[in-house]
Formats: sequence, C-alpha cells, structure tokens
Amino acid sequence: MNSVAGEKQADRSFFRIWKQVRTNRYLYLMLIPVVGYFLIFNYKPMYGAIIAFKDFNPYAGINGSDWVGLKHFRQFFESFYFGRLLRNTILLSVYSLAVIFPASIILALLLNEVRNKWFKSVVQTLSYLPYFISLIVICGMIVNFSGPDGMVSKLLVSLGVIDAPVDFLSLSSWYRTIHVGSSLWQYVGWNSIIYLAALSGISPSLYEAAVMDGANRWRQLIHITLPGIKNTIVILLILNIGSLMDSNWEKILLLYSPSTYETADVISTYVYRRGVQEANYSFSAAIGLFNSIINFSLLVAANFWSRRLTSNSLW
Amino acid sequence: MVGKRSVGDYAFDIVNVLFLTAASFLFLFPVWYVAVSSLSSPAAVASGDVTLWPKGFTWQAYELVLKDSRIWEAYANTLFYVGAGTLLNLIMTTLGAYPLSRRQLLGGSAIMAMIVFTMFFSGGLIPSYLNIRDLGLYNTRWVLIVPAAVSAFNLIVLRTFFQTIPESLIESAKIDGAQDIRVLWSVVLPLSKPGLAVMLLFYAVAHWNSWFSAMVYLQDRSLYPLQLVLREILIHAQTSELTANVPQQDVTQVSATIRYATIMIATLPILLLYPFLQKHFVKGVMIGALKE
Repeated sequence: MNSVAGEKQADRSFFRIWKQVRTNRYLYLMLIPVVGYFLIFNYKPMYGAIIAFKDFNPYAGINGSDWVGLKHFRQFFESFYFGRLLRNTILLSVYSLAVIFPASIILALLLNEVRNKWFKSVVQTLSYLPYFISLIVICGMIVNFSGPDGMVSKLLVSLGVIDAPVDFLSLSSWYRTIHVGSSLWQYVGWNSIIYLAALSGISPSLYEAAVMDGANRWRQLIHITLPGIKNTIVILLILNIGSLMDSNWEKILLLYSPSTYETADVISTYVYRRGVQEANYSFSAAIGLFNSIINFSLLVAANFWSRRLTSNSLW
Repeated sequence: MVGKRSVGDYAFDIVNVLFLTAASFLFLFPVWYVAVSSLSSPAAVASGDVTLWPKGFTWQAYELVLKDSRIWEAYANTLFYVGAGTLLNLIMTTLGAYPLSRRQLLGGSAIMAMIVFTMFFSGGLIPSYLNIRDLGLYNTRWVLIVPAAVSAFNLIVLRTFFQTIPESLIESAKIDGAQDIRVLWSVVLPLSKPGLAVMLLFYAVAHWNSWFSAMVYLQDRSLYPLQLVLREILIHAQTSELTANVPQQDVTQVSATIRYATIMIATLPILLLYPFLQKHFVKGVMIGALKE
C-alpha cells in the first residue's frame, strides 16, 4: 500500500520535474555549450590528473598507462628540491599577503578620509594605473630598472648606498624583495577598490551618531569603519589563503634565472620546467596535484575557521 | 561628516594628503620614466642624466622599433585574438549566465556549484597541457581562444547583473508569448549593456595580456601574439634585429632606449583608453565583490 502511494508520488514528482524541464527547454539548450566547456577544459584535466599515479605513456594514453601508486609523489618528497620549492612557494606568498593585503586596506582607509573629491579621484586613478599594464611589460620594466645600468643602481650609487652598480635580478638575496615590491606597486590600488566599495556602503548616520557621542576620528575608525568592512576583509582573506600556493608564478617565470632559483623557484615553475620543457608528464602532474590539493585544503580550512570565528564563509 | 574639527584632525588631513601625493608620484613615476627615456638620446639614458624630462629629444628608438615587422605581425595577431576571443567570450558567458540567473531552472544551483568549483581546484598544468594536445589545438590559433572561452568569475559577475533585472519584465514578455531566447535577446540584453560592457573589457584585457598559453602551445612564430614578442625584446633583450644598422659601439645604449620605446608602443593603447575604461572596470569589480 505504502509503496504504491510512494510510487505514485514519485511518478507525480517525476512528471512535475519533466514539465519544468520542458517549459525551460531553451534555457537548458543554452547551457549545453557552457557546461560542455567546463567538462572538457576543467573536469577532463581533473580526471587526467590520475596520470600522477601512473607512468604516463603517450602511446597508451591515460587509461592504458600502468599504475605506479605513489611513486612520483615519493620521488618528489624525497628529492633535494622539495624543501626549497615548498619554502619558496610559501614564503613568496606569505610575504606578498603580509605586505599587499594590509596595504590595500590602509590605502582604502586613507582615501576614504580625503574630503576633496577631485584629489581623491586623481589619486585613485593613478593607483589603478599599474594594474592595467601587462605583466610582460611590468617585468620588462623591472628587468631594465634593476639591471646594472638601470635607474635603481644609478640612484643608489649617486646616493652612496652602494659603491658599484648591481644586477639585482641575478642575486637570489634580492628576488623576494623585487617580487613583493613590484606586486605591491601593481596591485595595491586595484585591490583597494573592493574596500572602497564596502566603505561607501557604511551608513553616514553611524558617523553622525558617533560624533554626537564625542568620538574622534580614531574612535570612529575602530568602532564604525573597521567593523563596517570586516566581512569584506574576511572574505578576501579566505580567498587569498585559498591561492597561497600560486605565488604569482607567471611573474616568477618571467623574472627568475638559474642564479636565483635558490629563492625564486616555486612549485608551479618547477612543474612547468619538468613537465612542459622536459616532458616528465607523470612526475610533474604529481607535483601539480600536490599543489592543487594543498591550495584547496587551505581554502576549505580557512573557510571553516572563518565560519567558526566570524560567521563569514564562502559557502 | 559633520562636527567641529580639532587640531588633530587638521594635522591628520595634511599628513594624509602628503602621503597620498607621494604614493601617487610612485605609482606614476616608473611609467613616466619609461616615456621620457624612450624619447631621450641613448647616451643621456646610459649616463643617468634622464630623470623627469627627456634629454636630447629624439624619435630614433621609435623609428627603429616601428620598422620591425615582428612587432606589426604580432600586433595584428593580438588584434585577432582579442577580437575573436572576446566575441566568443561574450556569447558563451551570456549563454551561461542567463539560464543560471533564472530561479525556476531546476538543477541550476548544482551547475553553478560545478562552475564555481573550477575556480578553486584544477587538474593542474600538465593534465591541461595533455588535454589540449589531445584535442588537436596545439599550435593553432584556436588554442588562445577556445580554451579561454568562459571565465567562471566573469560568468558569476554577469549572472549577478542579470539577476538585478526585474522579474516582472521577464514575466510580462513571457505572457506575451516570448520564448526564453527571445526574452534574452529583446529584453535582458538591451537592459544589460553596462554589464556586457564590463565583460567586454575584462575579457579583452585578459586576451591582450595573455602570454603563457601562447608560450606553451604555439610554435609557429607567425602565430605569436604581441606579448610573446615583447617578452623576447624586453626580457630576453633580443634587440639585435632592431639594431642591425646601428654603429657597433652604440648598440648597448640604443638597445636600452629601444626597450623603452617598445614598452610605450605596447602600452600606449591601454594608457590612452584607460581614462575612459577605468570606471567600467571599477563597476565590474564591485559587482563581482557583491557575490563573492
């Protein structure tokens, strides 16, 4: 009896779903190319990542190649490169995060305090400018400025800081500074846009009330402004942590050289060298998968803790 | 902001304005320096005499760069990649964003989740590389267009934009007998011009700046986009083709100004358009921020 009723209900709900799909059939038709795109260009490579557990043989294909378990992972963890790559990947990202993330917030807060609209918009316009220059051109500028006859050497020599011109890009001790410093220049203005948007969403009546209560600007910052953009800060922090293992590697690829591998070589650039340049497909795929998994785990963990501590989360 | 302003307020304002002025100078100066160096005599640049204004004004570097056929061919290629790529981007993103913005779409949130997931997890460089080779896209023009057909982030931005269109407008079009495709074309898209403009900009700039796919997937020099040629000239300092007619003792100095002129030639279109585009970009970032 029960099961018959259940079947009838299932029948009816199946019918209802079918009707829904039928009335919206054009919407589903529109989605086919897009879903197909994500399946072919995103999900198929995710499946392809199983070559990390195989010895990939181009003639046998992904499915025909032999399983080797964790061989490639073990080989990577035991190699001389593992420690250095992990350290460089994390340090470059953490330094960038520690410098650029707060700087973007501070820039937005300072811009928000400017009363002259014209001055504010000029500063904003100039601060976004570097973001619009292509990465290759930015790196070209870095190469030219930091070379032995670049303007940085000339400036430092004329100020007496250094005795002779230096090729900064060839010194591993300088790589991180150059990398983080140039990223700060390129991204700080752009990153501040989101905070400015959040700041403009704070109700002016809150400030009026605070002034009535005798709060000075510092107090207003602590009790109104910062709480007002707290959610934005937390969400962006989660997203940043979720890409911690990326460390802006396209830029590294353009700027590093064997003489700076010591501090500049990161997991992604190593994957590129071993995989694309030397065709060690399975080994590189294993390293890349390791990187993706760490990244994704960091995102999930950051999201989890954020939900616990601040009730903010991405999902 | 209202209320009386204290001495501390004034002091803060002054320090703030000074700081922001200095910061603005730093944002602008490197670009300015490149511009004035590209217009200065190679000897003045080499000796470090050039700082704020061109010294020994000359167009020589620009003449040498503009004579180079590599740059022109690459410029033409890039225009094709930007044009065709962006067109495909707009079509695909609209096709994805519109259905996913409709609340009555069953399974829409599952498809959305599937798309968002790709923003945070990927198979990695090597599986993608093998995939593209298997698909036969290697060393074809399509490789810079098809694998970049949709960006998940931009799809979310456009979907958010579509969601702000009043439901009643769409309902009434439907009552008048319009199918979804017609609704999209005659109601939604005309109302979404600002959103589409933002998409156009985001995608066009992404194509303009893209270089990594081209480096990995293209072998024929005749297919190279501008950024790859720039990489050769600016980063690998391959300027010998450009300095063929320059006296030997001047080559080093001239190749420096050539690099500065190349930077300007590659960046001028962006710098000239920038004041007009900026506010659209800011808008796009803000729409994106709403739904992150």
